Amino acid sequence: MPVAMIEAEDVVKSFTVRARSGGLRRTRRAVRAVDGVSFTVEPGEFVGYLGPNGAGKSTTIKMLTGILTASSGTLRVCGLDPSRRRTVLARRLGVVFGQRTTLWWDLPLRDSLALARRLYRVEAAAHRARLAELTALLELAPFLDTPVRQLSLGQRMRGDLAAALLHDPELLVLDEPTIGLDVVSKATVRDFLARVNTERGTTILLTTHDLGDIERLCRRVMIIDRGRLAFDGGLDALRRTVDADRLLVVELARPGPPIVLDGIEAERVEGPRQWLRLPRSANAAAVIAELARVHDVRDIALRESGIEEVLAGLYRGDHAYWCSGRPVAP
Amino acid sequence: MADRTAGRAAGRAAGPVLTGTLAMYGLLAWTWIRAAAQYPVSMVLLALTTAAVTGLDAAAILLLFAHAPRIAGFAAPEVLFLYGTSALAFGISDIVLGTTERLGYHVRQGTLDAMLVRPVSPLVQIATEEFSPRRFGKLVPAVLVLAYALAEAGVDWTPGRVAMVPAMVVSGTAIFGGLWVLAGAVQFVLIDSHGASKSVTYGGAFLTQYPMTMFARDFVRGVTFVVPLAFVNWQPALYVLDRPDPLGLPGAARFASPAVAVLVCALGAAAWRAGLRHYRSTGS
Repeated sequence: MPVAMIEAEDVVKSFTVRARSGGLRRTRRAVRAVDGVSFTVEPGEFVGYLGPNGAGKSTTIKMLTGILTASSGTLRVCGLDPSRRRTVLARRLGVVFGQRTTLWWDLPLRDSLALARRLYRVEAAAHRARLAELTALLELAPFLDTPVRQLSLGQRMRGDLAAALLHDPELLVLDEPTIGLDVVSKATVRDFLARVNTERGTTILLTTHDLGDIERLCRRVMIIDRGRLAFDGGLDALRRTVDADRLLVVELARPGPPIVLDGIEAERVEGPRQWLRLPRSANAAAVIAELARVHDVRDIALRESGIEEVLAGLYRGDHAYWCSGRPVAP
Repeated sequence: MADRTAGRAAGRAAGPVLTGTLAMYGLLAWTWIRAAAQYPVSMVLLALTTAAVTGLDAAAILLLFAHAPRIAGFAAPEVLFLYGTSALAFGISDIVLGTTERLGYHVRQGTLDAMLVRPVSPLVQIATEEFSPRRFGKLVPAVLVLAYALAEAGVDWTPGRVAMVPAMVVSGTAIFGGLWVLAGAVQFVLIDSHGASKSVTYGGAFLTQYPMTMFARDFVRGVTFVVPLAFVNWQPALYVLDRPDPLGLPGAARFASPAVAVLVCALGAAAWRAGLRHYRSTGS
């Protein structure tokens, strides 16, 4: 019977923050970095784990990999309790921190990969086959014998991915793997990850701020905000939320009363500029034509809210953020 | 289910854990040596510097004792015997575990997290960090001084006294090693205690290099019981040099070093585990 790759139930991680409050007195305050998160990741899934800085992403990753112990709740990764079975679990996990390489800085990439075999106790034959496969997929051959310090960031990330996958882990945890990479390197890394997931069946959990990563790779997205899961669902569901909230910014010749058109009323008026929210069913072209016929319109901008804006809104805890707060360029 | 199977496997593997750890230590140390060898010029220069510094160290000691032939009733070769055994034990422990005092740095930099996701003890990973054959240079003055002292101290060698010399070096190494780990573990709690831990280890090494009678009696008593540094070499040296104990401790104390070493190592290991647990629950 297949066991869930990750099972998190009401996981809490609270930290005690000490602050000096005048003189020698200190106040202690418990901060819940992760505040009751529950989710399940099945084998073979490719999940994007998103959230603004400080939302609890890294804390969750650290609990999943056994670096940190959860304050309460139950957590199972590969069927193991990560905090109790950290080293056993380490052999079944691949972890890549995008901002930090685990490769040996002064040695050729080949040596770091050879060392990974010893650290993870992989049999020589299995290692050879796996190394050949990864070398081909990640195109490592040209720089296998180059010291890691001389590699470009993109090459180093490919090296790190190879090192994390040499022991054929069941679960690959990636913390911002494409950070700082150029367009070509990003594409290489993304293609590779997609293949690892579909061909090898490796479960992948990825945190990123790069929306390209999500759109290209993740079938499922989890968004954490202030320690709580704000969204957990398919990428399609997230997109539908986006489509429902297109926004029309109209700049009239002169200030006037709020526009009312086919049951759509301006949400916001700021001098000659008005904001209209279009329902999903509305035909934007027809609405624009009607607007131009009835009003003296200077300019119109249709704001196709991308995932970026949905995230920005979710991150701010204000779902209608982009409809209210920020002036939209005409 | 998978959990239970893995648990049984871990139980069976309990025996080879130590050899596994030693093998991993050797592997990582060797990798660091090869990394250092990528800069041959720098490696040679550093080796020469170490040789010069340690040579000066040995010369200074000999010079010092040439002018002060007797310290607190001990003849120069006897003092040098104390110095040599202590410096050798400290030097070996420094080579093997000295970098554990960098723990605070790794916590602050977040590099400890990267160590924790590998299936290797973070203690081994930190201890082997930047391992270099240069570290062995620290042993040169200790070995020279000890060789001189053994030749000149006029010890009435019996089989027991001959056996005591390596036994006290090994016990001393283990005691200092336990203290290194203890000092590292303390940093889990007091992240900025780098200076504090230095005074435990380096200060301790200084203390054992001179006859205890130089220091106030109460202080020595405290050191004997609180920080068992006196067992690094003082108590066994009294046996080798056939001296009465100024504190009047029972004769068994002279042979207690191995037991003290086991105790200090157990304490260090327990503190390390507790420190790691603390880190993993607080994240700092």
